[in-house]
Amino acid sequence: MFVLIPLFPLLGAAANGLVGIRWFSRRAVGATAVAAAGLSFGAAVASFVGLLRSAEPAVVKTLFAWIPASLVRTAPGGLASLRVDLAFRYDALAAVMTLVVTGVGLLIHIYSLGYMAHDKSYARYFSYLNLFTFAMLVLVLGANLGVLFVGWEGVGLCSYLLIGFWFGKDSAANAGKKAFITNRVGDFGFLLGTGLLVYALGTIDIAGIAAAIGRGGLAKGTATAAALLLFLGATGKSAQIPLYTWLPDAMEGPTPVSALIHAATMVTAGVYMVARLHALFSFSGTALTVVALTGAFTAVYAATMAFVQTDIKRVLAYSTISQIGLMFIGLGVGAYAAGIFHLMTHAFFKSLLFLAAGSVIHALSGEQDMRRMGGLRARIPRTYRVFLIGALAISGVPGLAGFFSKDEILASAFASGNYLVWALGLAGAAMTAFYMFRLIFMTFFGEERFAAKAGELVHESPPAMLNPLRILAVLAVVGGYVGLPRLLGGGAWFARFLAPATGAHETGLSGATEMLLMAGSVGAALAAIVAAYVIYVKRRGEPARRFAERWQTLYRTVSRKYYVDEFYGKVFVGGALAAGRIADWVDRRVIDGLVDGTARLARRVSRLAIFFDEGAVDGAVNGVGRAHLAVSSALRRLQTGRIYNYALAVVLGVALVITIAVAVF
Amino acid sequence: MIPIEAVLVLGLLLFAIGLVGVLVRKNLVVMLMSLELLLNGANVILVGLGRRLASPRGAIFALFVIIMAVSEAAVGFALVLAYFRQKKSSDVDALDDLKG
Repeated sequence: MFVLIPLFPLLGAAANGLVGIRWFSRRAVGATAVAAAGLSFGAAVASFVGLLRSAEPAVVKTLFAWIPASLVRTAPGGLASLRVDLAFRYDALAAVMTLVVTGVGLLIHIYSLGYMAHDKSYARYFSYLNLFTFAMLVLVLGANLGVLFVGWEGVGLCSYLLIGFWFGKDSAANAGKKAFITNRVGDFGFLLGTGLLVYALGTIDIAGIAAAIGRGGLAKGTATAAALLLFLGATGKSAQIPLYTWLPDAMEGPTPVSALIHAATMVTAGVYMVARLHALFSFSGTALTVVALTGAFTAVYAATMAFVQTDIKRVLAYSTISQIGLMFIGLGVGAYAAGIFHLMTHAFFKSLLFLAAGSVIHALSGEQDMRRMGGLRARIPRTYRVFLIGALAISGVPGLAGFFSKDEILASAFASGNYLVWALGLAGAAMTAFYMFRLIFMTFFGEERFAAKAGELVHESPPAMLNPLRILAVLAVVGGYVGLPRLLGGGAWFARFLAPATGAHETGLSGATEMLLMAGSVGAALAAIVAAYVIYVKRRGEPARRFAERWQTLYRTVSRKYYVDEFYGKVFVGGALAAGRIADWVDRRVIDGLVDGTARLARRVSRLAIFFDEGAVDGAVNGVGRAHLAVSSALRRLQTGRIYNYALAVVLGVALVITIAVAVF
Repeated sequence: MIPIEAVLVLGLLLFAIGLVGVLVRKNLVVMLMSLELLLNGANVILVGLGRRLASPRGAIFALFVIIMAVSEAAVGFALVLAYFRQKKSSDVDALDDLKG
């Protein structure tokens, strides 16, 4: 049954990409794509219901043997039979992920109908979008790291295609390349990690890895190495330090793509992967700490950059990086379910924020700079309302989705005893509230700063765009209640549901502590919102400007993204170029020198050979010829051509013969 | 009875006339005619000596020579005819295509 989930988007992508691109009308293209996404969502819901009813925690469906069983040498010196199937695994974790991917995906497909209505490459766009959905579903359903990697690469490819969707624009084409190449670095780690697991265990099956670890078949050091290599892949895909630089640039893609790929689904693939391999990461321990610290530092670091961005989509991009850092904190302290919970709620409110930002951009005919917005609250009130809900949800205001998931992560971080991680996570959360409301106040409040001509054209978006926003807004409000903690009268149903797939996790905190933590994070978020209000509404951004003037160096460093792009450009890109130049020099001077030298030597030798050929061989041949000529020119005089001469010669010859004969006998 | 010396002298004369004719004349037809004379001079000597020795061998040899002479004349005149057709001449000096 669940195998159908990825099948529909694949069919949709094929139909639009192979046939529709030439022969479908716009309406047919849109209908095909949305139908594919819708059927896939339906299949996901049906599978989910089936899973709830069944007693089995996981179903594995093997389609065929991909790599037939073959013996591989493993580290302990033994041989293992490695077999990789094209197999899908459906359990609680896969259920959550498929529901998020297909659900949010469906809404974004619908939104795209309106957003992309005027684009000339309509069929190409929807074909890519379906293809992405397919790849993402393969990723979350893969039963072994091989299939997972196929999806992993598939989403990377689609991300590249969609970021560079408007490839006529240089910046878009470059952003696509940047995303792809940065991800390749991570993918390299992923492949190495997978290879290490093959070498150490002889299996890459997810259940097989967990079973082998349970048997004690894996050394701690090897587990840490494999986990860290895999986590390098996660930092690439999920835009964490050090491989995060591609995500802000990825905003060159169409806004619905940013919402689907770079907020809700693909960038959370790393989170999913770590949760999927929780047995490996938990066993290693060290790797888990690295995950938590990476997430914590990224959460704060990315948030600081969001403070100074003026592009509405880039603020959201840094916010995404920061929020994924928060998810990694959850994973890193062993609260896998909490991380996945935040992944889900984040998918709701972040795609809502992106789509609403798209609606703002649409209303202003393509303007993305918040310095030329302001006062839009009255112009596009519907967009404003859903945007506000998204911002409240992400800030962790009680009652909305983000509050529950964020709080669970922070409580788990506190309970883990790693207070540095907890403090960074709390700071990241508070900063999130600040920059989100900075965005809201700059965009929707204050005086209108957009150009007069654009002002006349400001218009609310069509229903195809607004309705998905409304649905997402509802989800951003109620999505958190599936994980309502016991403290607030819920049953933490979400964590219990995921327990078979990710293991159970108890914070072990007392109710009072938990309440205190909750109050603390809510207080921090509210304080941040108030601060943003005072700075950007009451004082019209004056304190921010003064701050920027006072601390110019700091401001410039942060707004130039800490010069990390320049650093990477110098060190890695420049290094690669320098290596290329050295190789070029070696090529020209050494290799070419050798080749040319050989050629010169050969020419010199051949010149000698020519001399010998012309002097000796030809001389001999010509000499023979000339000798013949000399002899024959003497002899030719005998050939007079006169018969009587010949006859005379005959007569004389006969006479001579007779004379000799007579003389002898 | 004709003395043998007379026969030999006649034969030698005929042979000599024929030989000179072949060597000095420039006309192919005349050369062939001279060749006949030459051969017949030899015949006279053969027949005469055969008779003197009372042996049929001389006459038999002469017959062979006559047959050979006939063949030679047939081939020779055919060649002369072909040559004449090509060169419009029977002069042997024109026949120097193989001259080195």
